[in-house]
Amino acid sequence: MSQSNSIRDTFFEECQDLLEALDEGLNQIDEGERDSEVVNAVFRAVHSIKGGAGAFGLTELVAFAHTYETIFDEIRSDKLALEAPLIKTLFRGADHLVQLVEAARAETSYDESIHNAILEDLNEYLEDTGEEEEVEFEPMALDFSASIDVIEPLASVFSINFAPHEALYKNGHDPVFLIRALGELGNLNTRLDHADLPEIDKLDTTDAYLKWSISLETTNDESAVREVFEFVEGLCDLTIDQVQDTGEQIFQENTPSVVSEELSQTSNAANDQDTDLNSQAQKKEENISGIDPTPEQATGIKTKPPAPSLRVDPDRVDRLINTVGELIINQSMMAQRVSQLGQEQRRDIENDLEDYKLLARDIQEGVMAIRAQPVKPLFRRMARIAREAAHATEKLVRFDTSGENTEVDKTVIEGLVDPLTHMIRNAVDHGVETPEIRKAAGKDEIGVIQISASHRSGSVYIEINDDGAGLNRSKIFDIAAKKGLVSPTAELTESEIDNLLFLPGFSTASEVSNLSGRGVGMDVVKNAVISLGGRTSIASKTGHGTTFSIVLPLTLAVMDGMVITVADQTMVVPIASIVETIRAKPNELQNLDAEGRLLSIRGNFVPVIDVAKRLNIAVDCPEREQVYLLVETVAFGQTALAVDAIHDQRQVVVKSLEAAYGRVPGISAATILGDGKIAMILDPESIVQIAEATRSNEIRLAAKELEYASE
Amino acid sequence: MQANEVMTNDTNMEFVAFSVAGLKHCLEIRKILEIRRWSPVTALPHAPAEVLGVMNLRGAVIPIYDLAARFGLGKTQPNERNVVIVCAVGGKSIGLLVEAVSEIISIESDAIQPTPDVQSAATKDCIFGVISIGEKMARVINLEFIIADHAVEVA
Repeated sequence: MSQSNSIRDTFFEECQDLLEALDEGLNQIDEGERDSEVVNAVFRAVHSIKGGAGAFGLTELVAFAHTYETIFDEIRSDKLALEAPLIKTLFRGADHLVQLVEAARAETSYDESIHNAILEDLNEYLEDTGEEEEVEFEPMALDFSASIDVIEPLASVFSINFAPHEALYKNGHDPVFLIRALGELGNLNTRLDHADLPEIDKLDTTDAYLKWSISLETTNDESAVREVFEFVEGLCDLTIDQVQDTGEQIFQENTPSVVSEELSQTSNAANDQDTDLNSQAQKKEENISGIDPTPEQATGIKTKPPAPSLRVDPDRVDRLINTVGELIINQSMMAQRVSQLGQEQRRDIENDLEDYKLLARDIQEGVMAIRAQPVKPLFRRMARIAREAAHATEKLVRFDTSGENTEVDKTVIEGLVDPLTHMIRNAVDHGVETPEIRKAAGKDEIGVIQISASHRSGSVYIEINDDGAGLNRSKIFDIAAKKGLVSPTAELTESEIDNLLFLPGFSTASEVSNLSGRGVGMDVVKNAVISLGGRTSIASKTGHGTTFSIVLPLTLAVMDGMVITVADQTMVVPIASIVETIRAKPNELQNLDAEGRLLSIRGNFVPVIDVAKRLNIAVDCPEREQVYLLVETVAFGQTALAVDAIHDQRQVVVKSLEAAYGRVPGISAATILGDGKIAMILDPESIVQIAEATRSNEIRLAAKELEYASE
Repeated sequence: MQANEVMTNDTNMEFVAFSVAGLKHCLEIRKILEIRRWSPVTALPHAPAEVLGVMNLRGAVIPIYDLAARFGLGKTQPNERNVVIVCAVGGKSIGLLVEAVSEIISIESDAIQPTPDVQSAATKDCIFGVISIGEKMARVINLEFIIADHAVEVA
């Protein structure tokens, strides 16, 4: 069946939501909220995963979810107390559940030893309660889900009266599916009662008029039958009675309606009939198509249902964003044309154009907002990484988050997963000390790792902070010197030493731990952030910990840029990296040597980089007057870029150059200007790096020469 | 142009012929998206000589290659009579600067002869084969070769 794949995808998508709900619940429990509502929410989430997994024959997942769920059943019935060690085990279990779901989705294997260890831990709690007999923990024995049944119990007949409320349809349920699910349990005899159905002209398509009387012959017990209706609880009138005699006409007593009509045996027929009669259910489905009924909504139990959300193919959004980009370009093109008109003609059209501009910006912001997502799931994922890392290193770590609802472009969030994972692992592995050392230093045994997100002046700030020992600067310097990344005689400031961490080929771990230090250094983190258009920086205080900051643009599709000219070419510099623009007096420029120049800014000297020279662009007149852009770079501090002219500031649409052509050193992307011409977007970080690479090569060469001389 | 030629059967292939550094080259018509008049492009820093720069094609950024320079036949001096052939290769669009488009050649697919062995390896890479048209011949260019090895990293 071609549909089965998409149903499978839907299941895994729902699993994500359910796992988030599980995580959410566990965190609430961890924070001390232990009322039955929270426990029930977790139970339902795990139960739904189990149910879905059963339908796809994912036995391992079913078995694990079952054990996990049983624990919560025990907690629900107050047989188990929620104490710290149990909560910890539950967290680990939840993390492992994520792995199992992931493995099932990708059809890969998972770590058996971890699986068994966690299962053992979980089972320990179940044995502790003493009330359950061991045999019941055989994975499937307790399972009510209909899919697998070892023993064939006697068939029994249930008489089910099912009358959906209006709310059932509103929540996106369809009786057809419920009846089909019943049909999977056994032999079904369905009768539709449409006595309440009004005349066609009085029909309100959003109301519920239909009732079903169902006779089900099944080998399952009542709980299996109830399970079918689990998610419509409270959304319908439902009675389920067991009738002893098989084959009896059970409808007589339950069908008060005269018009009741015998339907054919299968639920499929029920579907057809349903369509023929009033197409009510179908209409419902259309009404809510695209709206995703999250499990919380479906159960209708939660006091605060989450706002309905849309699932949209990301490609559609991307197309929209692209088109809006074109609109912005088109708008600035028109603005340029109009500004060239005469005063008289201009006056009338300028107001309209201003409106056009505002509307275009509004549309753009709106479209961008579609892709914006809160960082919460990302942070939750990091919490899991921190827990795993703490477990592996036997350290005690508390993971705090703040600003979880900060919204960031989806692509940015996706791009942050790897660098953040690495940084969190680093924080646990290298940042936080072992409990013994912490105790000796007079700190709390439990280390704290904090991750926060916030919006500040058009950028997203993400900070990862640990309260560990701080960076060991002399060690960092020694390693960098040993690896030839820096001259051993160089005198560096503290922040310069800190930034050595970001150099390629640097790794402080003296032995490769199995956690961080897999040959992946902070330079990978830095590059990942740079490719997202962001910057990284470090602040560290010995004995008090380290803070890594990441500054990211709100979106990757547009940015504010300064339009400049370099050797007759129009280019754009990201505003985010510009500190100030400077028109230098001759006496403020100092020649360092034939190549290097320094610019004095209020007494401080910063190196000058000639952009044209750096980009290999031929210049007719080398002795021209230039203006300077003071830019802030992550790795090399402030640098002045010498350019020929600075024009204006405007918002530009970022067009990838890498996809069309390849990477160009010193250039991050391209954009299309108002006149339809393409302009390069400079990457100050990369421009300085090209310069720095040549310079550090010179230093290295100089060092080599010294070595030879001393031999 | 011989646009009025009748397609005879499925093995019939059509090629657009154009001149590069005075030599006749051709490219299968299905690979060509459009043909445009030359207009100045935006140069790319650190680009090899055959990459003239990038052009705005209705909102898309596409690189423009000078075919003559790519084939080692000297640089084309772009003027208004030159054209840019926009074609698709490897999922991307690229533009090729040529001197002029001359005609459409319609041939049987087996009329493409392999490149004679006398040529150097580089020459063999950049063309698939040759088509003889009466006394003359046209070189069938290999698009993949043109974009190969251009994502150069200088730093």
